[in-house]
Amino acid sequence: MKNEGKSAQRPDNTAFTQQRLPAWQPILSAGIVIPGFLIIGLAFIGIGIGLFLTSQTIQVQEMDYTGVEKDSPCFRCTIPSNLNCTCEVTFSLSTLFTGPVFFYYGLSNYYQNFRRYGVSKDYNQLTGDTRYFKSRSPEEDCSPYSYDSNNNPIVPCGAIANSIFNDTFELYQIINGTKKQVPLDGRGISWWTDYNIKYRNPSPVNGSLAKAFDGTVKPINWPRPAYELDLTDPNNNGFLNQDFLVWMRRAALPQFRKLYRRITDGDYAAGLPAGNYSLTVHYNYPVLSFDGRKKVVFSNVSWMGGKNNFLGLAYLVVGSLCVVMSVVMLVVYAKFKFSDDDDA
Amino acid sequence: MDGACFRETLRTRRRWPDVMAIWKKDIRIALEEERHVRANDRDYNERFSYADNRIKTAKYNVFTFLPINLFEQFQRFANAYFLVLLILQLIPEISSLSWFTTIVPLVLVLAITAVKDATDDYFRHKSDQQVNTRQSQVLIKGKLQNEKWMNVRVGDIIKLENNQFVAADLLLLSSSEPYGLCYIETAELDGETNLKVRQALTVTSDLGDDVAKLADFSGEVICEPPNNKLDKFTGTLCWKDNKYSLDNEKMLLRGCVLRNTEWCFGLVIFAGLQTKLMQNCGRTKFKRTSIDKLMNTLVLWIFGFLICMGIILAIGNTIWEQKVGSDFWEYLQWKELTINAVFSGFLTFWSYIIILNTVVPISLYVSVEVLRLGHSYFINWDRRMYYSRKDTPAEARTTTLNEELGQVEFIFSDKTGTLTQNIMVFNKCSINGKTYGDVYDEFGHKVDITKQKTPCVDFSFNPLMDRKFRFHDSSLVEAIKLEEPLVQEFFRLLALCHTIMPEERNEGELVYQAQSPDEGALVTAARNFGFVFRSRTPETITLYEMGQAVTYQLLAILDFNNVRKRMSVIVRNPKGQLKLYSKGADTILFDRLDPSNEELMFTTSEHLNEFAGEGLRTLALAYKDLDEDVFDEWMKKLLFASTALDNREEKLGALYEEIEQGMLLLGATAIEDKLQEGVPETIACLTLANIKIWVLTGDKLETAMNIGYSCNMLRDDMNTVFIISGHTMLEVQQELRTAKEKIMGPSKDKFSSGLDMEKTELYSSDSVFEETIIAEYALIINGHSLAHALEADLEQILVDVACLCKTVICCRVTPLQKALVVELIKRHKRAVTLAIGDGANDVSMIKTAHIGVGISGQEGMQAVLASDYSFAQFRYLQRLLLVHGRWSYHRMCNFLCYFFYKNFAFTLVHFWYGFLCGFSAQTVYDQWFITLFNIVYTSLPVLAMGLFDQDVNEQYSLRFPNLYRPGQLNQLFNKRKFFTCTLQGVCTSFILFFIPYGAFMTAVRDDGAHISDQQTFAVTIATSLVIVVSVQIGLDTNYWTAVNHFFIWGSLAVYFAILFAMHSDGIFTIFPNQFPFIGTARNSLNQKIVWLVILLTTVVCIMPMVAVRFIKADLYPTQTDKVRLLQQATRKQGPQEQNLRRVRRTSSRRSAYAFAHQQGYGELITSGKNMKVPTSSTSTYPLYSPTRGLTGTSSVKNSGVNDTTRDQTETYSTGFRRESDQSQEVTVEDLEAR
Repeated sequence: MKNEGKSAQRPDNTAFTQQRLPAWQPILSAGIVIPGFLIIGLAFIGIGIGLFLTSQTIQVQEMDYTGVEKDSPCFRCTIPSNLNCTCEVTFSLSTLFTGPVFFYYGLSNYYQNFRRYGVSKDYNQLTGDTRYFKSRSPEEDCSPYSYDSNNNPIVPCGAIANSIFNDTFELYQIINGTKKQVPLDGRGISWWTDYNIKYRNPSPVNGSLAKAFDGTVKPINWPRPAYELDLTDPNNNGFLNQDFLVWMRRAALPQFRKLYRRITDGDYAAGLPAGNYSLTVHYNYPVLSFDGRKKVVFSNVSWMGGKNNFLGLAYLVVGSLCVVMSVVMLVVYAKFKFSDDDDA
Repeated sequence: MDGACFRETLRTRRRWPDVMAIWKKDIRIALEEERHVRANDRDYNERFSYADNRIKTAKYNVFTFLPINLFEQFQRFANAYFLVLLILQLIPEISSLSWFTTIVPLVLVLAITAVKDATDDYFRHKSDQQVNTRQSQVLIKGKLQNEKWMNVRVGDIIKLENNQFVAADLLLLSSSEPYGLCYIETAELDGETNLKVRQALTVTSDLGDDVAKLADFSGEVICEPPNNKLDKFTGTLCWKDNKYSLDNEKMLLRGCVLRNTEWCFGLVIFAGLQTKLMQNCGRTKFKRTSIDKLMNTLVLWIFGFLICMGIILAIGNTIWEQKVGSDFWEYLQWKELTINAVFSGFLTFWSYIIILNTVVPISLYVSVEVLRLGHSYFINWDRRMYYSRKDTPAEARTTTLNEELGQVEFIFSDKTGTLTQNIMVFNKCSINGKTYGDVYDEFGHKVDITKQKTPCVDFSFNPLMDRKFRFHDSSLVEAIKLEEPLVQEFFRLLALCHTIMPEERNEGELVYQAQSPDEGALVTAARNFGFVFRSRTPETITLYEMGQAVTYQLLAILDFNNVRKRMSVIVRNPKGQLKLYSKGADTILFDRLDPSNEELMFTTSEHLNEFAGEGLRTLALAYKDLDEDVFDEWMKKLLFASTALDNREEKLGALYEEIEQGMLLLGATAIEDKLQEGVPETIACLTLANIKIWVLTGDKLETAMNIGYSCNMLRDDMNTVFIISGHTMLEVQQELRTAKEKIMGPSKDKFSSGLDMEKTELYSSDSVFEETIIAEYALIINGHSLAHALEADLEQILVDVACLCKTVICCRVTPLQKALVVELIKRHKRAVTLAIGDGANDVSMIKTAHIGVGISGQEGMQAVLASDYSFAQFRYLQRLLLVHGRWSYHRMCNFLCYFFYKNFAFTLVHFWYGFLCGFSAQTVYDQWFITLFNIVYTSLPVLAMGLFDQDVNEQYSLRFPNLYRPGQLNQLFNKRKFFTCTLQGVCTSFILFFIPYGAFMTAVRDDGAHISDQQTFAVTIATSLVIVVSVQIGLDTNYWTAVNHFFIWGSLAVYFAILFAMHSDGIFTIFPNQFPFIGTARNSLNQKIVWLVILLTTVVCIMPMVAVRFIKADLYPTQTDKVRLLQQATRKQGPQEQNLRRVRRTSSRRSAYAFAHQQGYGELITSGKNMKVPTSSTSTYPLYSPTRGLTGTSSVKNSGVNDTTRDQTETYSTGFRRESDQSQEVTVEDLEAR
């Protein structure tokens, strides 16, 4: 610079202002793309084979008990007038069903993901905040399950809670004609965060959870109020009832299954031995009105979770396509690379 | 300065509305038919409520900022759209998204814009304040008082002092100079730096500076209402029962500066916003780029697409409600309100409009603005476009046109000051058959003269030399020192035969005020070679010949005009000899030589050819000894003729002709019309980039052609140079038709014989056809022919012919015609046009063209002020277009492609989900994700790409100008590209949705708990989406700077950080309602299956794109691909020295004579009207009584206002007007007419 004043307006000479920032300038060159495709393809085929084989080892026993057909055991329970109906579904296992076995109920054509269904709950209430038991938080929309016909506040309010799945099951192994009950473990079937953080019971009044619900009514469809959901275990009541928590975690798709029980105890800790089984269904939950289906699923899991053929196959297909593409690209590259000289 | 006004309007040229608002406010006043102003009578004037002198360009004040700014912002379509969405979201029945998903981005966008507007307005306030608080002396109640400008009222009398800005439009009453003269500089108004003279009425100038008399002055002015005509004013002054007519010559307009006048008094006629300066403000059109327009169309299309999707989903909802939903009543009862399925569908429509609104990207406009701003800064910061000699950096004056710089197809260039420096340099000469000026080395080879290496001739023997003068051939000085008579006579001629006015401020410090720069160059050359033209009176010329003062008696000036193409002087030297010295065009002069000179004439003619071949402008010089008797006789005839009433010009011409016979040839001069640096190279490079360059000049044919040759635009090897110079419509039509036939003829034959039908079909379209013409043609069209050719009947053929020619030069065009030519191409070719110029006469074309470029660092600022980009040198245009423009276009296109892709991929997932959730407008994602996706997770990487990306670096951009082609063909972003990238987005969204769908049908966690819940699904898809679009931007980024790395990796990191933060226990305990996704991130992202799904989705989305790109680059590599490969290869090998083509001139054409102007100043000089009394000069001249015009001479003190080489003489010659002035007037008028 000759003169400060004369060159006052001279722009700064920095890499940034002169657009000379050092940079990595990758190009999709054949040396990267073709081997890249090949490697990814092979890796995917590997993963796919792994997934597929794993998936094959998982045992699944699935039974639809909706009772659509006349000869199905639960057909009689589908008649709406038939209250407190019980039916029995039998099945047999030819080999040992390795444990731990998980017992799911499944619903299909059931729109837990319907928007108005999904918004119909009140998280403030479900965190045990009794202020929201009688008044409603403004942002939340429990209607039309907010108040009953006598204008009493419903707790827990909303469509999700109201529509809780209430079929119950008892599983028996039939050994020489006698039924031996298989113990079902309902503890810890919900997410840890749901049980420990997201949902809270209101603080008991005078040691009684029921008192905390004073002045509220049970959801219309419920047989008993929230604090009496599980008559066998006093700790499994209120908003912290495991089945309630599982239900409240809405399914993403109109066909879903939710964990009902684990079979982990006693004689069945190693799994369900081969033999005949009888499943007693306390059939309460109507689904036929909307063409829904109910089923029970017994399954065990692997490192990748439950049986999932889709993923394994998808990996195999994508992997193969990548390999094929790499070959195609190699051909294209070899054929055209040298044909025209760089006249740039 | 009131330049504030100009600067303001240009800086804020996008703000039509506020200027409009000002006008609207003034409509009431503008309707006034006549203005009555009574001097010194505020009460009377206040009745009319004229505008006061306060300037307000600012739009807001502290209180009105928020409401007005918001109101303005919501007038924009996009913002209004989002406001409507926001309102929709507040209706619970249809609110599918929380209010914050829209309000957060909207507030952000509004805030950014508001901050920008506020800063702009703050600076406007500051400049307003600065202007309004300037002091001026106002005559109030008989006393001069200092007042702020804003307090000046119409009807006040104010006093101005030298070098002060005129505060308002004033009627000049009196001044310190005799005859009520005063001088003003009008650079701020019209860009002309020369002084103009204004003269007060005699009645008022008699008031002088007598404050008492002025205070008593009670004249009433009745004049036109406020208008924007800078050069017109009509009015009458009524005073003491007399009426005096007023015109523009008596007005001092706001924005002018008083010069050379100690003081003056003026009566305020128009004040503030009603001044002509302010009335001229803000009349700039808001230019928009073609991408802008395309973008608006596309946004409308997207809008239509959005509505279509809404309708599809609404219909779906209606059907679903009827078939499924009504049965689902068991678990989801509706309110009575929504019981109707059709009504439910209607509500769903709006719900989906809300959810899917993100296909119309809210941040698009803001991001585009940010990018353009960034690109503008890169232009401002570019050191390679900084001109150190004038300390002028390039400046992007508008920030909205950058990407269009990458699409220019036509450049319209001014000549003088743009292609040329308007500096004439005495380069060579031929004296008595010997050439001087070339330098030879010891082997007798000609040395290329470059400034650094070749030594200059030392003129130190001459104390009066001009230091800036450079000459390299020392043999000429030797010849002078040897006192060779013909060489002496040569320079004597140069020193005597001209119409220059000298000015000597200090002893020996001579400044020549030349009418044409050619003359200046010649006289300066003579001065350096020892024949110093020192001073002149109307009757004498004093030279210092080799240090000796010699006074010649000037007997006659036989002036220059366009027909004569020569000028002569007749002088009597101290010895009493009568001599006629003549200089002129060689062809003219050679006809008038003495027959004995024939041999010399041939030699000189050869030299002239040689000079012309180098693109120099030549003049031939001749002299003649006159007989006393003959001269006396002739002089009598001349005096008689000069008093003739009719045909005076012709009679004089005949007399001149009579005496200019039998002259003796002295030699010839060669003047270089210095091109700006690098002009031929730049033009060659831009031509290679397939940009057509048209030269539009007010200069005459010969000069324009000469420059055409020296710029290499015209070449000898061109097939034909068509010159259209017909005077009538028919002639012009005929000439154009002939030209067209000549061009088309041979090519047509070629087609019919050589190529088969298929190919001719291919070439049927005009534009392709043009390129198939291998032969090169040039078209030169004259101004008067152009006027005819621009008529509706002929314009089509003009465009046809012009576009078939390689080079088009229009000469002698008026500023209006310049604009019309640009307009013509805009209309017929739909191509992006760029106009570049430096002067006020280029303003119209600069404003008309898509992009206007001003050459800055010159004296006049008018062109720069009207321009969109400005820089100091023509050659920077190459860099502006090929580097900045190309990059901007490339970046903007990539940015838009990616932006649309991203938003479609993001949004359309909801569409697919609609089919599986009962068309209930359930969102797939967490609401916070929707809020933040565009503004946080994905905004910065794409901005970084849009700011920093370089597909090809600058060296290669310049080296391969054909890389510019895609921009001209609009290949990188058009409707097809838009479809491709949206289709890609749609496919991505499809994959993003259906792979997790397939995987989650039966999926459970590895602990058996279910995982296919809504929230896990949302997190999986959202994570896949963020990863996919990040990988995609990675693929789109060619140039990974640290910033890109930081933003891309950073965005991913921020995504996960925010994800976990929002799903954390803590934030849920504080806002349980807003963050229901508690724990989802932890519970899903610790599952292998989720990651397997994300990996699969990413690969399936990305790999096809990679494969397609790779194969496309392999099968159909674009020029860019090739250059990139080459660039990579060279980078690996290390840098190579580039040998840039040097463009050599190949012309051997005989050039024009070196007079650039019209009628000379002869009469002015002999009348002495422009003589002044220099204060520092040693000699004084007698006051001379002129024959017409002003009745006296003005004495000008402090005349050295600016030491420009421009002709100050013009200032005083009110009787004469240069053509450029006239054309400038046309500019103003034309602009007003628009």
